[in-house]
Amino acid sequence: MSLLREMLSYTFLTRALIVGGLVSLCAAVLGVPLVLKRYSMIGDGLSHVGFGALAIAAALNAAPLTLAIPVTVAAAFLLLRLSAGGRIKGDAAIAMISTGSLALGVIVISLSTGMNTETGNYLFGSILSMSASDVRLSLGIAAAVLLLFLIFYNRIFAVTFDETFARATGTRAGAYNALLALLTALTVVVGMRMMGALLISGLVIFPALSAMRLCREFKHVIIVSAVISVLCFFIGTLVSFALAIPTGASVVCVDILILLICFGIGWIKER
Amino acid sequence: MSLITCENLCLAWEGKTAVDRLSFSVAAGDYLCIVGENGSGKSTLIKALLGLKKPQSGSISYGDGLRQNEIGYLPQQTPAQKDFPASVREVVLSGCRARPFYGPGEKRRAMENMERLGLVELQKRCYRDLSGGQQQRVLLARALCATRKLLLLDEPVTGLDPTVSAELYRIIQELNDEGVTIIMVSHDVDCAIEHSKTILHLRTVPLFYGNSGDYRLSEIGRSFMEGGEEP
Repeated sequence: MSLLREMLSYTFLTRALIVGGLVSLCAAVLGVPLVLKRYSMIGDGLSHVGFGALAIAAALNAAPLTLAIPVTVAAAFLLLRLSAGGRIKGDAAIAMISTGSLALGVIVISLSTGMNTETGNYLFGSILSMSASDVRLSLGIAAAVLLLFLIFYNRIFAVTFDETFARATGTRAGAYNALLALLTALTVVVGMRMMGALLISGLVIFPALSAMRLCREFKHVIIVSAVISVLCFFIGTLVSFALAIPTGASVVCVDILILLICFGIGWIKER
Repeated sequence: MSLITCENLCLAWEGKTAVDRLSFSVAAGDYLCIVGENGSGKSTLIKALLGLKKPQSGSISYGDGLRQNEIGYLPQQTPAQKDFPASVREVVLSGCRARPFYGPGEKRRAMENMERLGLVELQKRCYRDLSGGQQQRVLLARALCATRKLLLLDEPVTGLDPTVSAELYRIIQELNDEGVTIIMVSHDVDCAIEHSKTILHLRTVPLFYGNSGDYRLSEIGRSFMEGGEEP
């Protein structure tokens, strides 16, 4: 308790908790359809693109998010186009784009500022990186993500469960895939500076997998995934504060621990 | 006036001609079975009927009050669906068109179709925990939520044991008796002849199109039934 009070006395930590909590919530909700559609790696790919964009923004002295958001969103659409085209399969398309942007980002950094702690922060996240304007932006984006997800929940379910059927009955499946990619891109960009480009996709994948292990109804999977994700984020941040370890890595480790517990529970239930 | 009329339809798949100069029509109340070996163009034809593929030439027209997105489709199952965490009710309801939420009308329709197919007790169960036959009934109920006019069934009994298959054929027959038009794609030619009124035998070009009694007596029908070998 005193630890919590101490944490909240730092403005930067309060900000980090707000932004992180919201990002965890959005990522977990989006994660369920992404995992079920076999798009799990999309978050990972997009965060690498975000890394490249942040590096370029820093070199140009531009505001980081004004560049990273449009670039990452564009990459999300490109990924969908590539995997829908059929010539390059989805996973190869993601691997291609993600390593490409990582390479570009590293070159840009080494030519401009050189490798320093800043670079490390991009890759593995930093709890100190959240400004007041980031909090406002993330509040706006989180509200948009949750609202759009809620409004189109039924359609997203239909398209996730059976894209061909949805198309045949007149649902524009392509538009909903694009919506998912767009929302994922926004969530990833907002969350990656705190969680780290290499770790943010953990927020997309782990809570969804844990919830899928426990629940047998789609709606419940979404709710449980969201609850697990936010809880893991807070526990992970608390642990990172207490042990003075990086937040992103700590959160992902808590997520993994919960996943193992959920698998355990699922295993016991089945016996 | 027919529900669906195909005229001189040519379809391509991956740059090759998959269906060539096909003409047929489906009238309300019909039970058409499309048979043929793998690679005979059946799947491509399904995509075209659903409006997911554009014809190279020729035309598909919809009439008698049927719109193109009013075809109740029963697809072959994908691996992703086999472990999908969703309840029976959620899956059936997803056949109704969300605008973007489901109103009482849609919920009632889902309920009726679950009753129709004996799924009421299973409605809270998880789709992935059901048997193959139960899963097909769920998908059939979903298709009926999309339309009561025409069902397009893609190999509906694949992977089901004989008893369950017979049960599914019986349900389809009942639906047809109630006035639902059926188009079924199958490689099970004996069952096709037994249940359907009309047969279309496809091998890129139509080899036979006519009523199933005549098909049984035709040369192509006899040889396909005996060894599955086409002349």
